[in-house]
Amino acid sequence: MPNPKRKMSKTRRDKRRTHYKATAPSMGTCSNCGELKLTHHACSSCGYYNGRSMFIPKN
Amino acid sequence: MRHRVRGRKLKRTASHRAALLKNLSAALIKAKRIKTTLAKAKELRTFVEPLITKARVGDLHSHKQIMDLIKDKDTVKELMSNVIPTVGDRPGGYTRVVKLGRRLGDAAEMAMIELVDFNEVANAKAAANKEKKSAKAESKKKKNEVEDANVVEETTSK
Ligand SMILES: [Zn+2]
Repeated sequence: MPNPKRKMSKTRRDKRRTHYKATAPSMGTCSNCGELKLTHHACSSCGYYNGRSMFIPKN
Repeated sequence: MRHRVRGRKLKRTASHRAALLKNLSAALIKAKRIKTTLAKAKELRTFVEPLITKARVGDLHSHKQIMDLIKDKDTVKELMSNVIPTVGDRPGGYTRVVKLGRRLGDAAEMAMIELVDFNEVANAKAAANKEKKSAKAESKKKKNEVEDANVVEETTSK
């Protein structure tokens, strides 16, 4: 079976990993309370989605 | 290849999956709104919606077929006596899934699934909006009539 000839140096490994980045979730503001919320999700502070109240949050 | 293979396995065996859907649908019919993972909520739709349509037939055969799937007398009773009359003649689309964000612990995407006709909060708002709209249209109509009357008066005074 073919195998790597050389050990991958830490530098090479880490250089490859410089492109591994986390992206921030896309957020929007709630049309009802103006709070920051995830897009296509119900608002976690007021329970509104798509301009309508879906439920009343417990706290 | 799994091209066009429908449905989610939910990491369960066929019998485990059937039991899960039976329990979830019983919970939904009893509580009208449940919180579960997004995948389960979406899978539940394809299970409960045909069930409700089937329950509408209301004869002994459909009753037995539903009993065979849910296997709980109280739930079937609730479905037949309470859910079916409230749903009325809605042409499908009895449920609504709304995403809620990720769960702490395993970061699973959570969702709320509910029976559309039982959401008092959303339905009350929609009804209020409808009333407002019709009231607006009415006042607009009246305004136009008043203006017409004014025009008539002007022409007669001259
Ligand atoms: Zn909000």
